[in-house]
Amino acid sequence: MKKADLLVGVDVGGTFTDVFVFDTVKGKFFTTKVPSTVKDQSLGFIEGVEKIVPDFSVILNIVHGSTVGTNALLEKRGAKTGIITTLGFADILEMRRRDRPKTWGLKGDFKPVVERKYRLEVPERGLANGKILEKVCLEKLQDQVKKLLASGRDSICLFFVNSYANNRNEKLAAKKIRELWPNSFVSVSTEILPEMREFERLSTTVLNAYLQPVVSSYLDQLKSRLSLKGFDKEILIVQSNGGTMSLDIAKKYPIRTTLSGPAAGVMAGRSIGIASGFTNIITCDMGGTSFDVSLINNGKVSLASQTSIDFGMVVRTPMIEVTTIGAGGGSIASLDNSGLLKVGPESAGSDPGPVCYGLGNTRPTVTDANLVLGLISCERPIGGKLDSLDIEKSKIAIKEHISDKLKISVEDGAEAILKVANAKMAGAIRLVSIEKGNDPNKFSAMPFGGGGALHTGALIKEVGLRSAIIPRFPGVTSALGCVVADLLYDRVQTVNKLLTDLDSRSLRQEIRTASLELETYITSSNTDILKLEHFYEFDMLYAGQTHTVVVPIDMNDASLDENEIQKSFDKAYLDTYGRLLENIPVKVVNFRVIVVGRRPSFDMSLFAPKDGKTASECILEKREIYANGKTWLVKVYDRLALEVGEKIIGPAILEQSDTTIFLNPGLKAIIDQYGNLIINDIIES
Amino acid sequence: MTKSKVKIDPVTLAVLKGRFEQIADEMDVTLFRSAFNPIIAEAHDASHGLYDANSGDTLVQGSSGLPIFVGVMSFAVKAVIKKLEALNQKPQEGDVWIFNDPYDGGTHLSDFRLVKPIFHDGKVFCYLASVGHWHDVGGNVPGNYNPVATECFQEGILIPPVKLFETGIFKQDIADILLANSRLPNSLYGDLNGQINALDLGENRLHSLLNEYGYSLSLNALDALKQRAETMMRNQISNLPNGKYSAEDWLDNDGISDVPLKIALDLTIDNDQMVLDFGRSSKACSGPVNISYSTTVAACYVALKHLFEDVPANAGVLTPIVFKIEKDSILSVKAPKPVGGYTETILRLIDVIFLAMAEISPLKSMACAYGTINALSLSGYRSDGSRWVMFSFFGGGHGAYHGGDGLNHGNAPISTATIPPLEILEAAYPVKFVRWALRPDSGGAGEFRGGLGAIYEIELLEKNATVSLFGERGKFPPRGISGGFSALKNAFTYQEQDGYTDLPLISKGVGVKLKYGERVRLQTPGGGGFGSPFKRPLDQVFSDLEKGYISIQTAINVYRVRMDKDGNIDRKKTIKLRLELEKTLNEKS
Repeated sequence: MKKADLLVGVDVGGTFTDVFVFDTVKGKFFTTKVPSTVKDQSLGFIEGVEKIVPDFSVILNIVHGSTVGTNALLEKRGAKTGIITTLGFADILEMRRRDRPKTWGLKGDFKPVVERKYRLEVPERGLANGKILEKVCLEKLQDQVKKLLASGRDSICLFFVNSYANNRNEKLAAKKIRELWPNSFVSVSTEILPEMREFERLSTTVLNAYLQPVVSSYLDQLKSRLSLKGFDKEILIVQSNGGTMSLDIAKKYPIRTTLSGPAAGVMAGRSIGIASGFTNIITCDMGGTSFDVSLINNGKVSLASQTSIDFGMVVRTPMIEVTTIGAGGGSIASLDNSGLLKVGPESAGSDPGPVCYGLGNTRPTVTDANLVLGLISCERPIGGKLDSLDIEKSKIAIKEHISDKLKISVEDGAEAILKVANAKMAGAIRLVSIEKGNDPNKFSAMPFGGGGALHTGALIKEVGLRSAIIPRFPGVTSALGCVVADLLYDRVQTVNKLLTDLDSRSLRQEIRTASLELETYITSSNTDILKLEHFYEFDMLYAGQTHTVVVPIDMNDASLDENEIQKSFDKAYLDTYGRLLENIPVKVVNFRVIVVGRRPSFDMSLFAPKDGKTASECILEKREIYANGKTWLVKVYDRLALEVGEKIIGPAILEQSDTTIFLNPGLKAIIDQYGNLIINDIIES
Repeated sequence: MTKSKVKIDPVTLAVLKGRFEQIADEMDVTLFRSAFNPIIAEAHDASHGLYDANSGDTLVQGSSGLPIFVGVMSFAVKAVIKKLEALNQKPQEGDVWIFNDPYDGGTHLSDFRLVKPIFHDGKVFCYLASVGHWHDVGGNVPGNYNPVATECFQEGILIPPVKLFETGIFKQDIADILLANSRLPNSLYGDLNGQINALDLGENRLHSLLNEYGYSLSLNALDALKQRAETMMRNQISNLPNGKYSAEDWLDNDGISDVPLKIALDLTIDNDQMVLDFGRSSKACSGPVNISYSTTVAACYVALKHLFEDVPANAGVLTPIVFKIEKDSILSVKAPKPVGGYTETILRLIDVIFLAMAEISPLKSMACAYGTINALSLSGYRSDGSRWVMFSFFGGGHGAYHGGDGLNHGNAPISTATIPPLEILEAAYPVKFVRWALRPDSGGAGEFRGGLGAIYEIELLEKNATVSLFGERGKFPPRGISGGFSALKNAFTYQEQDGYTDLPLISKGVGVKLKYGERVRLQTPGGGGFGSPFKRPLDQVFSDLEKGYISIQTAINVYRVRMDKDGNIDRKKTIKLRLELEKTLNEKS
């Protein structure tokens, strides 16, 4: 038998499937990009891997960032689902938290993923203190489950009020349902999220049930296609929290894959940054309609506890915090009714896309502005979808919609669009840095995806960032992220007790039990694991508050010490708000256990260019561009050919097949030993 | 103010607009995260903004704060400016004013305002202000919604504009007075600190912006934004047909005597100007549904921004609006008339503006939303002697509009507040919810149906409790437009030995006693409908029926559906009947 020594990362996005292959013995890597196959993503998946690896039996592990779950939620293409719930509460899903889609306008409706007629009640009731007032009526349950089955439901969600405090009724009901239900698509609220707050727990559980048939059949399909190709090792799936999980766990908890793709990208950004000595990074992913930023502070990614996929579609699982604003390459520039220029949130997306694509859109976009300014090439558009771009059409669109009305030249109009778009992106960066109390001057921007690198230069000046770091292959960052991500499992449980009332012995036991179970998920995995790491956290607050702070807890001591917990809380609270409140008791709302299985690290110096050339040897052409209100003749470089240590002074353009980098006037760039391009302000250093 | 003639280019203006808005937004977020009481932390009953150094006009306001505050905050800053003038003083760097005077730039006593002049290069650049709804500020009723108050003194402590900081020095005396007057001093102290944090943060952000762009350029930008806001509003008004349009609606009563109170509007469109004349409205009343002039203006702003979504939060929007509000009417009262229930009156104001707009342009307007905040409090003592107060607002249906049904179980148009989870309420208080459900048939019928209200049924798990409710719409339902039907009215009942009992004043009451195991049931209104019900497509009527949104009786009597022997819709008969109805309707008009 041949030795399996290839690690394969595959990120399936909306447009492209990116593949990153690392040969762990020879220390070599390969990348490729193929169009995504929308109907059955596993086809493009196999095609992409095959382009690099003809024989799948030499693959050690495949790690996959998937958008199957995300897309099913966004397009409301989940399974037919039913809900079984406590008598009196069938409408919780539809009543939400009594919110509305938009602050202003009072228009817009909400269609829950499970209609009212498929939400059935059974008599049972538990209280917040864990007391069971009424045992679940299993006869009624049986009738209701049969009704759901008869109505053609594929999956089922079980949710009882207050089950987070005592899940006895839910467990009894779950056992019964699993006897009756013909498949494994049974989602139980306390198995998914044993946390207080009924709507959030229910919504997360329902969406898990809604996704289960879709994600499971995709993963089964993928597994069988891969095994036909001779691959019989473990497939890992990237979770929203940036860790990976086994395929079987992903089938059980598909809701944890909601942000799989973006999370992989951020994990790659973190690894690339740390290798090059950058531990404070803001990753920037610019696509057709949106600009996504995420903060890495001191080497740690930022986590959010919940997100809304759409109005009323709340998912509460730990996930990498990604802030999204509506400013992408396809964002449309327009004048509002008082004549003020704005960019987005309306977008032409990638189809019809910018005016220069010639696919029918006539309103100018950010990409059209970049083209008119000479920052992107008409003849060499990135992505490989089109052969050339129509700059004349872009000019006409900017003239008609923007520059004539503002009484400025087309070029000034294009630059104005860029300025407003950049200001919006700068706003997103301020939001994740300054608003969280971080000084932007300590952070570097790292663009990935196709469009980001055109704008990062401007953002350095606009926000006052330290620098920008442009990875060698920004286009396949998420696939690289799959290869570097560790195994990670986490679990939350509501406690909701005053610190002084805590039974620390039994709580400690409870945490240990949870921790051991997560460990077995990792140790049973057929993957190379270097070591296990454990993290314990409490969500805490002052009694009376509603927003918690995350408090790291040291579990190495024999028992949980009240004074130590208080001290840790004080520190966390002080860090967040700057002042403590005296004589107010504190409460432990939840505990959280995180177990990480570290995978072998990846040597980023592999990306260093081999046989690089001097800057002057890499000049592709000289091109006229327009920046800062005047025309410049700038050099266009072949980015990937540049040798380590080569320096370039802006204004300049660097091209590679998957991105274009604009070095604004006043900026300089250098290739570091990992092949990254580091951009700084000339004056700063 | 002397404004230099430095012209500001449109691109810098667009950039600065975003920067200013972000400062206000950041102040909002800072307070939401650090506030103590859930009314701010969860329900976002707070707001922040930048206000003109001389006039106090709103320049920029945060987008996540409570909508009603967007219009009212500038009156708070004006109150501080007026006080300075009266004292013949100039603002000093490091001063922070604090007050809750509802008659002088306030809303009701629960809303505490902090106002701070921001200096740059030795001159006042603008004021920053922060407002937040505190949990308890004294008065007769915990939580300060006292439906039987006849003077503001029964509603809580009243603080006129006084300095909380003087040239940067915190005046503990003032804080001590406030703390001593609250049932929940911890909560008050936490919220006060949160508001100070927000002002500090806003000031820091503003200084870095001013260092970057300079004092005059930034001031010119704010001036230009105001002019643009005015232009946008005038453009919106110009698109409407000239004429006078009237609408009136009613409040159930003032909580004291059972007499309906009228809110009447005569709205005139005169080219690019709009006149809002409330002269035919009721006189000031004895109970707490009065509002001050500033609150009336703010409510009008909220209604207009719901109708014209893209107008900015800037004083320029109000320049083309002429207000006619009678002194000492219910819409412009002076101390000590009680104003604690201001939410109910402003919801009705918004309704009459929507109704008048429906006369002008039905496609632009929407039917009335559920129109009451339903401030319900249950309180008592636990067996261990500790006091508990459960105080919350409840949701209802939104109005239908051309192109869509109203939202089921939404929040009030004046707020973006979410409802606390029932699991949190049950963990904190000795109550058990028996039902938390949509209320069938509560949405007004129409071609587009009003959203559904809710049924909340709560059972007491302690020996005794006292209940109070401050609601509305118990007698006059939320109305539909363009032939759409009204929604169901608000209904509150409580359990006594021999069944369920109504409140004497229907939607308001105090001192209701509950014993262990007894229940209260609150059934909230839906939203009004849009267009004739018999024009609603049959598939949608059938779907509503299947979902239980409407009853079979409503399908037959209101939507004019005919059934066959087996209880299925008889499409042929139904279509025939509906055609006849349409014909009669057309002949009438």
